[in-house]
Amino acid sequence: MNDDPYRPHGQSRDAHERDMAAGHVHRPPLDPARYAHIPGWGVDRDKRDRPAVPMERTPPRLDGIHWDRPPQQHPTVEVLHSTERSGLTPVYGTTVPPCGLSGMLRRAGFRYSENDLRRWLILLLADRVDVVEGLAGDVATGHVPRLYTEMGGRAELRHNPAGAVRKAVTVAAVAGVAYWLWQRRRRDGSR
Amino acid sequence: MLAMAYRGPYRVRTVHKPTPAIEHPHDAIVRVVRSCICGSDLHLYHGLVPDTRVGSTFGHEFIGQVVDVGSEVRSLRVGDRVLVPFNIFCGTCFFCQRELYGNCHATNPEATAVGGIYGYSHTTGGYDGGQAEFVRVPMADVGPTLIPDDLHAEDAVLLTDALPTGYQAAEMGDIREGDTVVVFGAGPIGLFAARSAWLMGAGRVIVVDHVPYRLEFAARYAQCETINFLEVNDMAEHIKRMTDGLGADVCIDCVGAEAEGNFLQRLTGVRMKWQAGAATVLHWAVNSVRKGGRLSIVGVYGPTFNAFPIGNALNKGLTLRMNQASVKRHLPRLIEHIRAGHLRPRDIITHRMPLEEVADAYHLFSSKLDGCIKAVLIPPGADALGWPIGSAA
Repeated sequence: MNDDPYRPHGQSRDAHERDMAAGHVHRPPLDPARYAHIPGWGVDRDKRDRPAVPMERTPPRLDGIHWDRPPQQHPTVEVLHSTERSGLTPVYGTTVPPCGLSGMLRRAGFRYSENDLRRWLILLLADRVDVVEGLAGDVATGHVPRLYTEMGGRAELRHNPAGAVRKAVTVAAVAGVAYWLWQRRRRDGSR
Repeated sequence: MLAMAYRGPYRVRTVHKPTPAIEHPHDAIVRVVRSCICGSDLHLYHGLVPDTRVGSTFGHEFIGQVVDVGSEVRSLRVGDRVLVPFNIFCGTCFFCQRELYGNCHATNPEATAVGGIYGYSHTTGGYDGGQAEFVRVPMADVGPTLIPDDLHAEDAVLLTDALPTGYQAAEMGDIREGDTVVVFGAGPIGLFAARSAWLMGAGRVIVVDHVPYRLEFAARYAQCETINFLEVNDMAEHIKRMTDGLGADVCIDCVGAEAEGNFLQRLTGVRMKWQAGAATVLHWAVNSVRKGGRLSIVGVYGPTFNAFPIGNALNKGLTLRMNQASVKRHLPRLIEHIRAGHLRPRDIITHRMPLEEVADAYHLFSSKLDGCIKAVLIPPGADALGWPIGSAA
């Protein structure tokens, strides 16, 4: 659009556009009647009605506190803690303690502070190793994981059948090419 | 008990786990009646949050009935119906004493930057979440809140995270009467941020997304203008055109690490993990807000770093506010808004599914199929507890 004033060589077409380009914009007073169709419009205009203003508020509006500091939870499993604090917190989760190769990686990652990129990269690596260990654990306990179901395949088939077919064709094509390459390499090797 | 279990990126299933027990004198055990999948659960589901261990149960938005309490719990009794804020907080640490319950220092040994959260990886404390039949609820005297008899259960479950986070997002934008507010993301948090902006007297509310059904829903539910960013050449220029050449007064990021809209950001932030998520919305927000404007961030990013246009933010004199929502401090006011008819959070729920179908629910929500805005999971036997769910108008 050649006459678009927002183009690099575009020119303001009227006084209003010249004012906008120069920031000489003055907004008219607001008419609350325009918002009558919006339930509750403006009821929290007064910042005293906003529950998190000011950001820090002391003392807290909490009922039911009858302790100075919470008692310490006693560890029943291995729980790692950040090097940026001096020990365990009074309360913590005890689910899925570190184990296996992923657990070794997690322990290694926790040697670095939250400020150190290595901590997070090692933890992400541990997460990926954990996935492989999870699959191996499934097979070892006689449970064959239903990967397609776990990935929501039923919902995909019901609500996006075209997408499901596309993905199936893509997976089949990749598997076919991989098989063909493998076979070719085997034939070449046997010669 | 039956519980959702993470098995790897894009893979979840239900498993049978031991029912949680009291591990601390301030614990309670809650039988879950309703549990939601949150947009931030998708970051876990996609394998983007470090220290997400295989076998973990997700779910930080849930309501339920107390079935056991520890020896030091005085405010709750067995049988109480409670909504449980997603923050696990102690009530007495330095930060809780300032009502920063989302920043509690006493409930997450694994990190100092973030407080304890139910079912959100070991980076937030290693707690199991509410996409299960039962949950361990620590510090039960301060976290769980009794559900008033006149509050619909589906409104209550949205008060555990989605609505307070959306409201706080608007609150951190310091909205003044007549302000133009741009909300990035038309998911549940974006919808509630847009509705909350009106409560604070915004003059215009504009929601940005690229999923047509979500934009249509936002226009209807939040009575706002919408922008499909796929139809826009440049976001900053487009917003300036819409706002007298100045930019919006307030921009709110309700998207976070998995933003679409920029190939390089997706590649480096989501695929290659070279940064802590795609910073697309942060770029758009900094460059679309007016000088002296305010930027509020509730979208979740990873713990490392993002390519962020801090120079423009400096030159424009922006105020940046961000935090995990401090749910507990918002509850009284938000319940007032629901009672007064200003907000009806349950209208965003599009899917109610049995917990056994958790894999399908995650896939629908993640892939944005079947018009999914918000999915609620129903554990087996929950309806046998006789809650009046669905009976209210």
